[in-house]
Amino acid sequence: MYQFNYHKPATLDEATALYKEADDPIYLSGGQTLIPTMKQRLAAPTDVIDLAGIDGLSGITVSGGVVQIGAFTRHAQVAESEAVRSAIPALADLAGQIGDGQVRNRGTMGGSVANSDPAADYPAAVVGLGATVHTDQRDIAGDDFFKDLFETALQPAEIITSIDFPVPTRAAYQKFPNPASRYAVVGVLIADFDGTIRVGVTGAGPCAFRACSIEDVLNENLDPDALDGVEVPDAGFNNDLHASAEYRAHLVKIMAKRAVVQLG
Amino acid sequence: MSEATGIGASVKRREDLRFITGSGTYTDDMNQPGQAYAVFLRSPYARAKIGAIDSSEAMAIEGVLAVYTGQDTAADGLGDIPCGWLVKSKDGSDMVAAPHPPLAVTQTNYVGEPYGIVIAESVAVAKQAAEAVTTEFTELNAVVDVASAAQSEQIHEGVVDNLAYDWELGEKAATEAALASAAHVTELDIINNRLIPNAIEPRAAIGCHDRVADHFTLYTTSQNPHLERLILSAFVKIAPEHKLRIVSPDVGGGFGSKIFVYAEETAVIWASKKVGRPVKWTAERGESFLADAHGRDHVTHAELGLDADGRFVALKVRTTANLGAYLSTFGAAVPTYLYGTLMAGQYKTPNIYVEVQGVYTNTAPVDAYRGAGRPEATYVVERLVETAARELGKDPTDLRRMNMIQPGDFPYETPVALVYDTGDYEASLDKALEHSDYQGIDARRVEARERGKRRGIGFACYIEACGLAPSQLAIQLGAGVGLYESGEVRMHPTGSVTVFTGSHSHGQGHETTFAQVVSTKLGVPFEDVEIVHGDTGRVEFGLGTYGSRSLAVGGSALVMASEKIIAKARIIAAHMMETEADNVTFADGVFSSSNQQVTIQEVAFAAYVPADYPEDLEPGLSEKAFYDPENFTYPAGTHVAEVEIDETTGVVELVNFVAVDDFGHIVNPMIVDGQVHGGVAQGVGQALLEHGIYDENGQLLTGSFMDYCMPRADDLPDFTVDTTVTPCTHNPLGVKGCGEAGAIGSPAAVMNAITDALGVKDISMPATSEKVWRALRRE
Repeated sequence: MYQFNYHKPATLDEATALYKEADDPIYLSGGQTLIPTMKQRLAAPTDVIDLAGIDGLSGITVSGGVVQIGAFTRHAQVAESEAVRSAIPALADLAGQIGDGQVRNRGTMGGSVANSDPAADYPAAVVGLGATVHTDQRDIAGDDFFKDLFETALQPAEIITSIDFPVPTRAAYQKFPNPASRYAVVGVLIADFDGTIRVGVTGAGPCAFRACSIEDVLNENLDPDALDGVEVPDAGFNNDLHASAEYRAHLVKIMAKRAVVQLG
Repeated sequence: MSEATGIGASVKRREDLRFITGSGTYTDDMNQPGQAYAVFLRSPYARAKIGAIDSSEAMAIEGVLAVYTGQDTAADGLGDIPCGWLVKSKDGSDMVAAPHPPLAVTQTNYVGEPYGIVIAESVAVAKQAAEAVTTEFTELNAVVDVASAAQSEQIHEGVVDNLAYDWELGEKAATEAALASAAHVTELDIINNRLIPNAIEPRAAIGCHDRVADHFTLYTTSQNPHLERLILSAFVKIAPEHKLRIVSPDVGGGFGSKIFVYAEETAVIWASKKVGRPVKWTAERGESFLADAHGRDHVTHAELGLDADGRFVALKVRTTANLGAYLSTFGAAVPTYLYGTLMAGQYKTPNIYVEVQGVYTNTAPVDAYRGAGRPEATYVVERLVETAARELGKDPTDLRRMNMIQPGDFPYETPVALVYDTGDYEASLDKALEHSDYQGIDARRVEARERGKRRGIGFACYIEACGLAPSQLAIQLGAGVGLYESGEVRMHPTGSVTVFTGSHSHGQGHETTFAQVVSTKLGVPFEDVEIVHGDTGRVEFGLGTYGSRSLAVGGSALVMASEKIIAKARIIAAHMMETEADNVTFADGVFSSSNQQVTIQEVAFAAYVPADYPEDLEPGLSEKAFYDPENFTYPAGTHVAEVEIDETTGVVELVNFVAVDDFGHIVNPMIVDGQVHGGVAQGVGQALLEHGIYDENGQLLTGSFMDYCMPRADDLPDFTVDTTVTPCTHNPLGVKGCGEAGAIGSPAAVMNAITDALGVKDISMPATSEKVWRALRRE
């Protein structure tokens, strides 16, 4: 790890002010990606601004058909939350499949979403459930949030404060984990909002996206067999050591079918 | 003598209290006064000329003590790191061993190869300084692919076609003739995937130099500290043996990767004198991936000929083995004498011919990894046999059975230089079939199919040669050292016992097992026996632990030393009971003559306080022994794997695994079970998950646990583990060794099950879901 300045601001304003003053700053949330990256000397920020000291960024509330989760809420808290489990069980299931126990106890929803790792689980839910990302400056629709590999709609210094997940009629998340890292090779979240289907996909492309071709078919016929004839184009899909683009496209379809079955 | 601690009892491991409570003392737990820290300069290229190295900026950083490069070690006269086994080519010529300097001098030959060492007051400063060193590299084309290495650019001066040796074993003409007249020939092209060992504790070293005594001490993670001392002294010229002590304290797993003498500990002990400070280095996991010796990595074409009845008439094997950039300590022997010699398997194949080309590539050196040659041999034989059965429409267990060496055939001399002493291969096959409910497999296939799963079953009837090794034979075959083991049993005046062994425990449980052996032999309480190992300053000599040799060879040395103790004690006891030694019997720690008795503890006291003592007998009761085995030992058994394959994704689930092994007599069944479990997990890892991959430029793509998949508990079912027993005929314990069997039998069993489920001839390891999905799509 390289030398850096450590800050632990008490307010969002203080955090953003520190960010704007620093040469090459970075926010620290749960640190499950940032800290290993820094330890491997792959990241060398001049200033690490720890968001752990800011009150009000953590917690889960359910009201008016929306589950609101504070950005600093740990994955384990989401996985174990009775409120989340009764409102959107698929979201609690998804959180329980992230990393391992140690990662879930430290990692946060805001950190995961802001990082836009192509293989992270939460982005599938943000897209698939049509979430709204609240920041210290504005609200961003889930559909518009993920831009590319590790790129989001967030502006420099902008901080996610919470994420609103509309409560669907039903939803399901199916993940095909990488056997080594246990990240998603492909993850598909399908949500049914009173007959309107949304499909969020992670792992397959450079960032999470909605699978419109699958949505179109399922909006016609919510049946796993209806997906048999669907073409999932693999153009632009990730193609690496762990899975070819072609295999990922196949897995998107299979995970989608399983998610439809799981919807019940 | 309590029965619960004797030979055959599942005594809980006495070392586990410290291991599972975090109280072990591993090399990195140790610190020396005034210690400095090392970080290595490592090649970013697979093959590059080293140009100018500028360390001036690094030396200017506060806290930096020194930057040394290969030029410095060469200038100081440090010798090359040798290969400990000389293999000869077909034409009788010696293998071509490329020089392997501890730190690269003119050229680096794999990514991660150390070419310099930075020493500083802290690891952080050393890392900062290492980044400040500028090195002018001229990158050269890398040779990465094993199959085409001989046709690629020459890596080392004087090594034509990148060929270290072109070795053979067996009768070529007879084998080819038998194949030509065989009723059926089964052929397979096989790849044995490269593995990266990944012991839980990375390698580490602390080098210390006592300026006044001019004495060196190296604390390091070694499976064989005496061999390390011998090599560092005789070849690398660090110091004479009596001025060099190697301490290998608690070590967290080795699996072979810690047998070898590496650049890092060599540089650390050398540098400690240069800087006048103890120097410590602990590998980070990324360094382990890059610079620990890797395992396996063969490309093979094999042919098995059968007569009209299905009897094996000939086996011909041609293998290209990747040796990596340099010949590691046993790297030359693993794909030859630990591989070709096992090609008879459990069968009476009359004609066998094996040829192996050992090639250099620009990858990390390849050497012994759990099983070392024998998993590769078993994979060839057992994949071929299973494939032959399918091609001939025979039951694979029946085909094996009709070709097996029978109990009445022992001792059995194979066409590939070994003499099997004993075994009952059908006994373990029968037991394994019973445990795996082979009868019910068809019903299980049908039931699985209804769930969208393909179910398959596969077998491996393996044999291995362990208990390395009869010294004269090993040296005749090229070993640079004898492969006996030493032991010392030191009985103290009050009757307790300290045992010194040249074996080294890095997870095997010797502190328990060896105490069971000695306490049983001497008839003293288990608690009164302590095992000392891993320190050249305390243990006289040793050849270390690998090749499942510790109990068969090291344990036998302790039996011999215990017998010497009893022989001397008998004379003293006879004197104490005023009779002749011939009249004295010994059992359970008590010497008896007519109605008199003395305990061995009383004898020990008399030996050290010789008030009334036999004339001409030395006082004291401490004995040493060197045990040199007459033969290898031959553990064998049957492994059965059952898998289910998801037709939609290609995911393979191992649903059942049965291992029935014949390890001869067993000292501690619980520890043996654990060894089998761990070995099977590693073998399943090779079959399903693990693969060390370099890209075409020689960059390691699988350099972390994110990309290199180690098996985890949830990848595995509960194993059924059982044993049969035919005692080894030539060592005093009748034991054979159990450390590697799990990793030897399981890959072939798992892959036979997968190819059975898929109905395909072959699929390469690891059987990843995508590979299997592609095989399903080709239907």
